[in-house]
Amino acid sequence: MIMGSRETILQAIALNKPDLAELPEVDISITSHYNDVVRQFGAMIEAAGGSVFNMNSIQTLLNEISAIKEDGKFVINLFGDSDIDQLKGLNAENLEELDTCYLLAQLGVAENGALWVSEKQMFNRLIPFICQHLVIVLNPKNIVSNMHEAYNQINAASDGFGVFIAGPSKTADIEQNLVIGAHGARSLRVCLMDLVDS
Amino acid sequence: MNVKTHAEAAQEFILNEPRTDWHDETLWFVRQKRDKAVNTVAEWEILRDWASKIKNHTLSNLDHYLKSFEENAIANGIIVHWALNAEEHNQIIHKIITDNEVKKIVKSKSMLTEECHLNEYLQKKGINILDTDLGEYIVQLRQETPSHIVLPAIHLKRQDVSQTFHEHLNTEKGNYNPEYLAESARIHLRKHFIEADLAITGVNFAIAESGGFVVCTNEGNADMGVHSAKIHIACMGIEKLIPKISHLGVFLRLLARSATGQPITTYSSHFSRPRSGQQMHVIIVDNGRSRQLGRPDFRNSLKCIRCAACFNTCPVYRRSGGHSYHSTVAGPIGSILNPNLDMKANSDLPFASTLCGSCSNVCPVKINIHEQLWKWRQTIAVNGYVDKSKKTGMQIMAWILSDPKVYRISGKIGRWVMRTLPFMVNNRLNVWYKQREMPEAPGKSFRDWIKENK
Repeated sequence: MIMGSRETILQAIALNKPDLAELPEVDISITSHYNDVVRQFGAMIEAAGGSVFNMNSIQTLLNEISAIKEDGKFVINLFGDSDIDQLKGLNAENLEELDTCYLLAQLGVAENGALWVSEKQMFNRLIPFICQHLVIVLNPKNIVSNMHEAYNQINAASDGFGVFIAGPSKTADIEQNLVIGAHGARSLRVCLMDLVDS
Repeated sequence: MNVKTHAEAAQEFILNEPRTDWHDETLWFVRQKRDKAVNTVAEWEILRDWASKIKNHTLSNLDHYLKSFEENAIANGIIVHWALNAEEHNQIIHKIITDNEVKKIVKSKSMLTEECHLNEYLQKKGINILDTDLGEYIVQLRQETPSHIVLPAIHLKRQDVSQTFHEHLNTEKGNYNPEYLAESARIHLRKHFIEADLAITGVNFAIAESGGFVVCTNEGNADMGVHSAKIHIACMGIEKLIPKISHLGVFLRLLARSATGQPITTYSSHFSRPRSGQQMHVIIVDNGRSRQLGRPDFRNSLKCIRCAACFNTCPVYRRSGGHSYHSTVAGPIGSILNPNLDMKANSDLPFASTLCGSCSNVCPVKINIHEQLWKWRQTIAVNGYVDKSKKTGMQIMAWILSDPKVYRISGKIGRWVMRTLPFMVNNRLNVWYKQREMPEAPGKSFRDWIKENK
């Protein structure tokens, strides 16, 4: 019988692999923590070319969104689920016209300014990438110090897709010159807002 | 085809002195950014240690982890393929293309597909792939290969990019503004993302316990393609596995800081299941990796997470350019990976190093790169793939050093020749004399001096 590639590869590995090496225990209690995670998080977002602003009520944000919509710009607000029905009928070609998208992040990471957004919050996986401008709402209570803590809190595999976003899209592929706005969003604004239950 | 050796290609690279200096300084600047980012993490050395041990453990139980990855991925609705070599990898992709009548293909950066020469393979069948990472897009338009695994177009200046875009995208001639050039590519490529029905990506990390995988980009090009297209194919080498999701915490902290000095890439995308109506394929590729696993001296090169920190720090890479390595993966890590793929064709690469050890010092997963370079030299010599002149020279040297009397006489002759007949050594036949001044010969040996001054 001719062995398939799967069996050939697995057999070669079984034959060639070294003696079992121990898996180290990753003790995250010894990793760095920040006293002021909100400040550190904001500094990292700004260093990555994004910006951070505070808002004290949902209504203020909704007013901002209404004002932009009235200007005739194509905006989708997924924060508070308001435009989900509208989103359902749109394909990639329609979404290419999308100016600004608002959505909620589950968590922020102080050490690098990363925001965790999963399929539950974006509804359509393309949304945070194809929009020209991205606004992410984050409860500052949900900022952790580092990536180890982040993985302890999110369940990275529970949804079909999830992403850490740490700034607007960027490239330095032309002579190492930093250009903001490569293929994904051109700008990222993070709205810090104390939310009652999130 | 006669491929130039690293030394021959490097000799051509350095002919343009200002450009060589620019290349050297730019990569050194990336190395400095890496240092700055690394120094903000107090537990950096602990992270390296964990990463190294996690990878060692995974490699020591790789068959088990691959099976568990496969099982979980299938349970999540992902279609898993196995490819013994580059040819089979390309065939699998070609079959998916024909089975689904795919019309347009976009690909984000994947060094594995470069290693397998996927683009050329499909091109021969009349199928075109569009590379969407800006650097890869530039080199693809120019019909070149990436010269660096993280910064594919680092060998080019903005004038080169401007001219290429003028020819292919009809941008303004002589407009060298990077923002203008990047924007032109953005507008052009967005159309293709939307129209593509197949998106191909690489894999940064595959997780055994979840059957998911992570893809990291700054540009967002992988996600733009994958979430638009009806089919996603992710290509991974067998060594991309890690056991647990929580291990990502260690690796994502190390990867971008080592690569570009960023604390994390802009997008770290975690794929677990296809979206509704989408096909998601993972191709697990061996292509010589299981053979490398069986070489005790070289197996831990498979820990590599492709950050390219060793490129940026390497004095030889910085002054010879990626293309001199005539391989997909250049730099110090390429020089220890490529001899496994083809020892004869890549026998020059382990010699393209000063063995200074800087590569090993910056490696986030603690691969002993410089020691492996030195060991490959020995393996290559044993297998008879060293230059004749080098081999003869070494044999003569070994004979001289093996006998104290011969050594003393040779020293005397050598000093006499260098003092009285300098042209005998200061000539083109002596490769050591090339680009070097011979030292001034002392009047007597250290041994004679000690005898007199005891």
